[in-house]
Amino acid sequence: MELDKIEEKDLQMGNANLIVFSETLQELADTDRDIVAVTSDSRGSGKLVPFGQKFPKQIVEIGIAEQNLVGVAAGLASAGKKAFAVSPGCFLSARALEQIKNDVAYSDNPVTLVGISSGVSYGALGSTHHSIHDFAVLRAINNLIVCAPADNFETEHAVRKAAELDKPVYLRFGKKNMPFLNPEDTSFEFGKGRVVRQGSDLTIIGTGETVYPAWQAAKLLEDRHGIKATVVSMHTIKPLDTELIGQLAANGNPIITVEEHMVNGGLGEACASFLLQNGFHNPFKIIGIPDEYTVTGSQVEIFNHYGISQQGIADQALKMLNI
Amino acid sequence: MTDHQLKLKSIELRKKVLKYIYNAKAGHTGGSLSSTDILNVLFNRVLNVDPENPKDPNRDRYIQSKGHCVEALFATMADRGFFPESDLDTLCKYQSHYIGHPTKKINGVEQNTGGLGHGLPICVGEALAAKMDEKSHRVYTMLGDGELAEGSNWEAALAGAHYKLDNLYAILDYNKQQITGDNKDVMNTAPVRDKFEAFGWAVKEVDGHDVAALTEALNTGPLEAGKPSLIIAHTIKGKGVSFMERNIKWHHGVPSPEQFEQAQMELTKSMDLVN
Ligand SMILES: Cc1ncc(C[n+]2csc(CCOP(=O)(O)OP(=O)(O)O)c2C)c(N)n1
Ligand SMILES: [Mg+2]
Repeated sequence: MELDKIEEKDLQMGNANLIVFSETLQELADTDRDIVAVTSDSRGSGKLVPFGQKFPKQIVEIGIAEQNLVGVAAGLASAGKKAFAVSPGCFLSARALEQIKNDVAYSDNPVTLVGISSGVSYGALGSTHHSIHDFAVLRAINNLIVCAPADNFETEHAVRKAAELDKPVYLRFGKKNMPFLNPEDTSFEFGKGRVVRQGSDLTIIGTGETVYPAWQAAKLLEDRHGIKATVVSMHTIKPLDTELIGQLAANGNPIITVEEHMVNGGLGEACASFLLQNGFHNPFKIIGIPDEYTVTGSQVEIFNHYGISQQGIADQALKMLNI
Repeated sequence: MTDHQLKLKSIELRKKVLKYIYNAKAGHTGGSLSSTDILNVLFNRVLNVDPENPKDPNRDRYIQSKGHCVEALFATMADRGFFPESDLDTLCKYQSHYIGHPTKKINGVEQNTGGLGHGLPICVGEALAAKMDEKSHRVYTMLGDGELAEGSNWEAALAGAHYKLDNLYAILDYNKQQITGDNKDVMNTAPVRDKFEAFGWAVKEVDGHDVAALTEALNTGPLEAGKPSLIIAHTIKGKGVSFMERNIKWHHGVPSPEQFEQAQMELTKSMDLVN
């Protein structure tokens, strides 16, 4: 199933989160001269061409030099600018990792690192262009919020909060149009997961662009099998909302985590670590990309291949419920 | 192969590049077209490589640092017999080894590239190993000019000169443009020649669409004994198709059916002008 094709009555389709990021940044820059976008030949893919036209003095082009991008952003932030360093998630979180660790997180310079076209958004370009390691490496860095918004609502609020907050933040975006998930819930805080669907039989925890297939799987389970799943958008991977996970685990129901990331060191292992160390023994399964040469293809093809899909997640749920 | 034949082949290769991009609905058009003549000369006149014996320890090494221009590389390698051209029908498709960047799963590809600024350091290592083992093969890479902003290139440039790697050849596809615009507006790297010379390299500038000049520059051994060589190949991004030339929209633009037809027609016509 194409991820961006859904029945109208189900959910309202929105834009790509990246577009909402760019629009929100423009709104912020309208009234705040300290907002600065820093780019590495990435303003087109970051949807920042309109930003650059409107605020030519608030965009700094670094060229194809991601380490310098992050270093310069750290300096700008140290001097009081609200620096948003924008580059594909793959290069930002790998090439510039030491700058993130030392110059942003350790030196506590409040840069917002914006990883664009993350996960396997650049599916057919291969592993050089995939960021399925970013949660793992960035989780291992102190003083860094790691956040993958699921929908346009979460994106807008994450961008505003990041600008407001005097702390280092990593925001991770893909390229797909995303539907609004649970528009009734208008709260957003880093570190607080959002329940986007209520259920009583199992819990599915997704993040970023996997929350939507998790939602679709829950719908399929309900429509075809009468099984009700709770679906969580765990937009913040660090700090993890352990309070919510504890509450949801208390009934002993199976828990499935779904991420556009390698199964090593990401959302699933973060949840598992909390659960195991706190006496929970729920049936537990991590859906993600295994430790192998990632299959080639588009994002949807890669998702389907590894079961990061409506069918894949639903099948896993049925297996865990012995159905 | 005569210069005349080689020039005609370049046009054929450009037509194929556009066909692959058109079919895959994705690809790096401008930089593939700017580097076609370089690759054509490399694979047909310079590199000592054998499709039947791709792991020969004495082969020349070619590592494409600007990996995104994979269509020009694949067109040239298929033509040279490394794999059947029909393999490229699967370019960028599910489970294909032919993805949007070079990978070692493909016969004759030396390294997995695509992240910019990786080719030159690996080539320094290959060239060093050749010196250690007293081997006479050469090591080549092709760099993009936007790519030169990556610091790793300059770290490798230092090391290449420090270790006197005169078996190392870097070719710069100097089309003067990158994704966002002209290099001089995005991040100025000029004057490239002076910088590399100051780093201890021997440098030669040629017309990167002149197959005879490219052959001469690449085939006469190191430009200077005891120094790595940089060939600055002045090129035109989108070379060969009027509406693609020097137009940054075509960095990774995919032609519409009409544009595809027109481009094929222009290229075919240009064969008549080859002398
Ligand atoms: C480390 C890294 N950063 C960014 C990119 C994305 N990218 C792909 S091509 C390109 C522009 C390259 O420009 P240039 O080197 O001039 O190549 P050409 O003009 O020959 O296409 C960029 C920024 C990348 N592949 N690797
Ligand atoms: Mg260029």
